[in-house]
Amino acid sequence: MYTKATGKKAVGALAAAAAAVLALSACGSGGGASGEEAKGEISYWLWDANQLPAYQQCADNFHTANPDITVKITQRGWDDYWSTLTNGFVAGTAPDVFTDHLAKYPEFAKTGQLLALDDAVANDHVDVTKYNKGLADLWVGEDGKRYGLPKDWDTISLFYNKKLTGAAGVTDSQMKALTWNPQDGGTYEKAIAHLTVDKNGKRGDEPGFDKTNVAVYGLGLNSSGSGQGQTEWSYLTGTTGWTHTDKNPWGTHFNYDDPKFQASIAWFASLSEKGYMPKLETTVGASMADTFAAGKSVINAHGSWMIGQYTGYKGVNVGIAPTPTGPDGKRASMFNGLADSVWAGTKKPAAAVKFAEYLGSAACQDVVASKAVVFPAIKSSSDKAEAAFKAKGVDVTPFTQQVKEDTTFLFPIADKAAKVDGIMKPAMDAVVSGKQPASSLSQANDQVNSLFNK
Amino acid sequence: MTTTTARGAVPARKASGTGPGSAAPRARRRPRSDLRVALFFIAPAMLGFVVFYLVPSIRGLYLSFTEYNILGTPKWIGGANYAAIAKDPLFWNALGVTTEYVLINIVLQTALALGLALLMHRVAKSTFIRGSLLLPYLMANVIAALLWFWLLDYQIGIVNNLIDAMGLPRIAFFGNEEWAIPTQALINTWRHMGYTALLIFAGLQAIPQHLYEVANLDGASPFQTFRKITMPLLRPVIVLVLVVTVIGSFQVFDTVAVTTQGGPINASRVLQYYIYQRAFTESDFGYGSALAVILFVILALVAFIQMKFLRGNESDLD
Repeated sequence: MYTKATGKKAVGALAAAAAAVLALSACGSGGGASGEEAKGEISYWLWDANQLPAYQQCADNFHTANPDITVKITQRGWDDYWSTLTNGFVAGTAPDVFTDHLAKYPEFAKTGQLLALDDAVANDHVDVTKYNKGLADLWVGEDGKRYGLPKDWDTISLFYNKKLTGAAGVTDSQMKALTWNPQDGGTYEKAIAHLTVDKNGKRGDEPGFDKTNVAVYGLGLNSSGSGQGQTEWSYLTGTTGWTHTDKNPWGTHFNYDDPKFQASIAWFASLSEKGYMPKLETTVGASMADTFAAGKSVINAHGSWMIGQYTGYKGVNVGIAPTPTGPDGKRASMFNGLADSVWAGTKKPAAAVKFAEYLGSAACQDVVASKAVVFPAIKSSSDKAEAAFKAKGVDVTPFTQQVKEDTTFLFPIADKAAKVDGIMKPAMDAVVSGKQPASSLSQANDQVNSLFNK
Repeated sequence: MTTTTARGAVPARKASGTGPGSAAPRARRRPRSDLRVALFFIAPAMLGFVVFYLVPSIRGLYLSFTEYNILGTPKWIGGANYAAIAKDPLFWNALGVTTEYVLINIVLQTALALGLALLMHRVAKSTFIRGSLLLPYLMANVIAALLWFWLLDYQIGIVNNLIDAMGLPRIAFFGNEEWAIPTQALINTWRHMGYTALLIFAGLQAIPQHLYEVANLDGASPFQTFRKITMPLLRPVIVLVLVVTVIGSFQVFDTVAVTTQGGPINASRVLQYYIYQRAFTESDFGYGSALAVILFVILALVAFIQMKFLRGNESDLD
């Protein structure tokens, strides 16, 4: 009898505790920006270790200006970032403010994890036109609400090993004037072939070239690019008039069945077959940039966030060229932008919003610019970054000219990005590795589109 | 168990009239406090079992009948997840890939572990050598996987540089569809065989020495002794080892997660990784839970079949 009674008591206590926890968490997620004072410690997450020093500086400056608020920054690698974040949303331990990605935020917004910033932007008179064109609009969700303030942008260019292009007699001006088409690859393929060298020293465009024994590949391979091909092939497909989705943002129909697209991908995959680009199976593991540094590939198409890494290799003289002009007579580059979002469950919404606004302001973005790691979202800060790169001896014009000449297209923003990736990654791997023809992408496309017909 | 409660019940009833303070409570209290002490010792394990296994399992079973993206509320959809899984080529692919992994891993691991155990038993008496066999097992799964990922890398791995130096073509251990699963099965064989060997070694030590002496006197050859005495008497241990390792092997995840992540194409998309992908990457917890329930049923069946046909709960020693 006695034990039963304690049992009941214990159950009662547990229930009371549970109720208290529920009540507390309800408080947490219900909080709005109104009325509450902006102070205390808030947490901030980002994934790029290269940018940590810049943002630590921003956080310190912010603390100096707002002594009541302390920002604790956690840097977590891309691979763990998103699952840890999702777990944090569920467990109530997510950061108050965090670096957000276009491929991820639609799902977060839809499930109510992001704090809409419209009121704050209106009340604090944040001028969203100060950002580079289109960047601020990317963060307005399907519901018309703003879920992030732009922090940076990136485009794609060709990094190349100047010593190896020099040895092949390919000049910098030739590199800057490459053309491409999906039929014969244009002068881009000619350059790639000529820069490829087999173990006997024969170049890819010479008779007797042994494609099974290649010492230096003309073009490096990062991955198959999954459904986006941001750095792999989108700079090519973007010049053919092809777009990932029917509209962007918030497309609901994908176009991987377009013959134009499949022809471009077939050309891309053919480079491996011809021995001008490594086979996909050999790229699991060591990063493309590292093999570039080891002199195993001459040209690497990559994003502006990699400038620091490519120009940082000792003893490698790196040139940067814009992506080739395509059938439409223009260049193309995906234009991606990150932003800082505020978690809807933050216990300190006022402080969190204040910090997010600070990160989106020229005060912080000028600091980021001075470190010459990425291009900040604000136009004036972006120009400062270009100058900072120049001071380091790096000419980043190939990246910025795409923006200035308006040859960029936006990163495809769509719902169900993770599921699309789940289908497109294996499908694209199969095509780029030569196991399936490019036409097999039509079937994957049907699968992808059926996700949106439910 | 039954005897304790029966014995405890009688004096308790007898004592109920006497009240506290008399001589009787001594007789009454002892059996009762035995149970309490027992419960006290079981409680931590029980609590862990209920909180971390039972409740999540029941919740998982419930979630498998729902559509749930973890951030919203689960929506009951009956058996729709299971119907979809039956038609999901990736599920059947995962089942095939996992089976391939388990077969390679278990056959090699058990054979090597048995060999190592016999060597430990007969030859390597040094504790240092016996201990060093366990070293790979002391390494975290992820570290072991990363270590081999690096050693076997196509471009910079020492193994491929050796292969290249011998004039042979390099092997894409993780990037090639045919190699991905065998490579990972071998890595985990390397990591686990010392531990498995230790379990079998313990079984070997439990076999009474006099049996070998008798066999020796009868003029049995070492091979005959192994076949007729060691193997039959070792059976319960081998069965235990097999049940445990097969279950563990079916749940391979870490190695895949840090190396191939299901690829190339779908070559290493093992069940556990597919569950993770659907649940955590694609936020489809209902579907992921249904897959997990199916994995649970498969494991229960496999364990049952192993116990039944290998008579794991009997020993020939008696």
